[in-house]
Amino acid sequence: MASAHAIPSLDEEFEFTAEAKRRLLIGIGAGVALVAIGAYLLASGAGSHEAHGAAHAAGAHEAHGGGHHEYKWTNRLWANIWLNAVYFTGASVIGMFFMSYNYLAQAGWSVAFKRIPEAMPAYLPFMGIVMLATFFIAGHDLFHWTHPGLYDKASPEFDPIINGKKGFLNTPFYVGRIVAYFGLWYFLWQRLRAFSLQEDLYGGTSYYEKSVKFGTAFLLVFGVTSSTSAWDFVMSIDTHWFSTMFGWYTLASWHVTGLAIITLTVVTLKERGYMQWVNESHLHDLGKFMFAFTIFWTYVWFAQFMLIYYANLPEETIYYRERFSGYGGIYKAPFFINIFLNFVFPFLVLMTRDAKRTYIILKVAAWGIIIGHYFDFYNNIMPGTVGEHAGFGPMEFGMILIFACGFAWSLYSQLTKANLVPKNHPMLEETLHHDI
Amino acid sequence: MSDVHGNSKFLVGIFDDDDVVLKAVREVKKSGVRIHEVYSPFPIHGLDVALGHPRSRLGIAAFMFALSGTLTALALTFYTEGFDWPMIVGGKDSYSPVIYVPVIFELTVLFCALGMVGTFIVSNGLGPTVKPLMYDLRTTDNKFAMAIDLSKNNIGETDIEQILKRSGAAEVNVKQF
Repeated sequence: MASAHAIPSLDEEFEFTAEAKRRLLIGIGAGVALVAIGAYLLASGAGSHEAHGAAHAAGAHEAHGGGHHEYKWTNRLWANIWLNAVYFTGASVIGMFFMSYNYLAQAGWSVAFKRIPEAMPAYLPFMGIVMLATFFIAGHDLFHWTHPGLYDKASPEFDPIINGKKGFLNTPFYVGRIVAYFGLWYFLWQRLRAFSLQEDLYGGTSYYEKSVKFGTAFLLVFGVTSSTSAWDFVMSIDTHWFSTMFGWYTLASWHVTGLAIITLTVVTLKERGYMQWVNESHLHDLGKFMFAFTIFWTYVWFAQFMLIYYANLPEETIYYRERFSGYGGIYKAPFFINIFLNFVFPFLVLMTRDAKRTYIILKVAAWGIIIGHYFDFYNNIMPGTVGEHAGFGPMEFGMILIFACGFAWSLYSQLTKANLVPKNHPMLEETLHHDI
Repeated sequence: MSDVHGNSKFLVGIFDDDDVVLKAVREVKKSGVRIHEVYSPFPIHGLDVALGHPRSRLGIAAFMFALSGTLTALALTFYTEGFDWPMIVGGKDSYSPVIYVPVIFELTVLFCALGMVGTFIVSNGLGPTVKPLMYDLRTTDNKFAMAIDLSKNNIGETDIEQILKRSGAAEVNVKQF
């Protein structure tokens, strides 16, 4: 359309106010306090009985082979840290993923809010450090495969199946892979971010062309590492079990979470008076993105479930058995919350055109997806790490608060470092006139 | 559109450019002329808004077709496997909606797709024996046509021709059906 764009100026700085900082610090403080309360309750034995008295029923241990450590309350602490680290690693790296495929597709529409996905991966190094530290401190409590006895033919713990996975699941290779994931993701993001900032200063199309190349490189890297990191971070917890869908499934989960975070941030900033150049069509497209990848996640989730259900092989069905009726049924609620919040709710809410153009509906749907995918990872990580001792108490809430406030802090402080509109981006005019 | 019957006389303004025709739509409407329809070889952004068309109801139609597919699939699988001839395969319940999700999904998509093809044919007045109304054959190539139904306008033919020419029409033809 031949109408002039109506933004007063192409200079807009995001201000990370002292008020916002104070709130995030209070959030982190409250999170630490809640974790401390949760830890006290668990350590004194109150926590392990309040949530699931019936969980100690017979059969709860059916899922595990031999060689199980005695449960300590700290396991739940480590499992919580690991769960949030996996979740927010995904949320961060999806910012890079989003930018990369938009560069590769030479898409113009997303340029208007490009700074938001661009700011997300800044949280990656923290998550990498948290993961490595957790692995070194509590690897034995979280990962069954780290027990040396499993690979020793003389040991009563010897497990021929896990022994067969020794080439992949061994500590040096595992730690090397984690370092490689975070190193590669962070390095490629740094390059893309640097090009983007230089483009603001000097203009021209050379930065754009370089970004397309680095974005493509990232997609090649991520095509492999998204799968392998899903195996490493999540699937290897249930060492015996495997699913060929798992890489896709985790990527789908991460992706739709990242899209929900991008949408939520765009809408929130717009409501606060920033980014007035982002119009209804951008929001509509973001809504479509969330809607589409909600369905994609469901497709992968269901494909994995149905193949296992249909084939009915005991070594595969045990995974769902544990989550559906194992451990006294404590995972049944998260199982259904997962399907409801990640499929039924966004599917119905985001279906109409008007819904995708209404701030409040987009926000509600995005929050539903963000919370829902926490439960997705909860259900994938908790049964294999803490089993019947899992619950949802102060420790879980506190840990979410700490990680989420940290993520918001990292996102906001990155947003302050660049102009909110990439003013010399070659696709700027296209995005300002985006109209569908 | 298919809502033209009998003897109707149209004035057809031919435009060379999509931007011009979009601007012309606003000007012609402002001067009080009722536009029957604009024909273009490709979609023009904002044209439906400028013409004042109501929001398309295609979404509702698609949803209804899809829903009928879902219900048909549910009924089909339930009647055959759950009621008429239950079979136990792989030791599972004879009827479980879980294993029929692919069937339900596929029939939903199929009904929606076929229904939309039907909707397309009906709403565009196409069919094996129907001769489509062509206001100008060049709108399938590189020209844009604005059709004005003279019977629905109180303004005289020459005045409308003037208005069309003024707003950028390269030529104005008369078309009778």
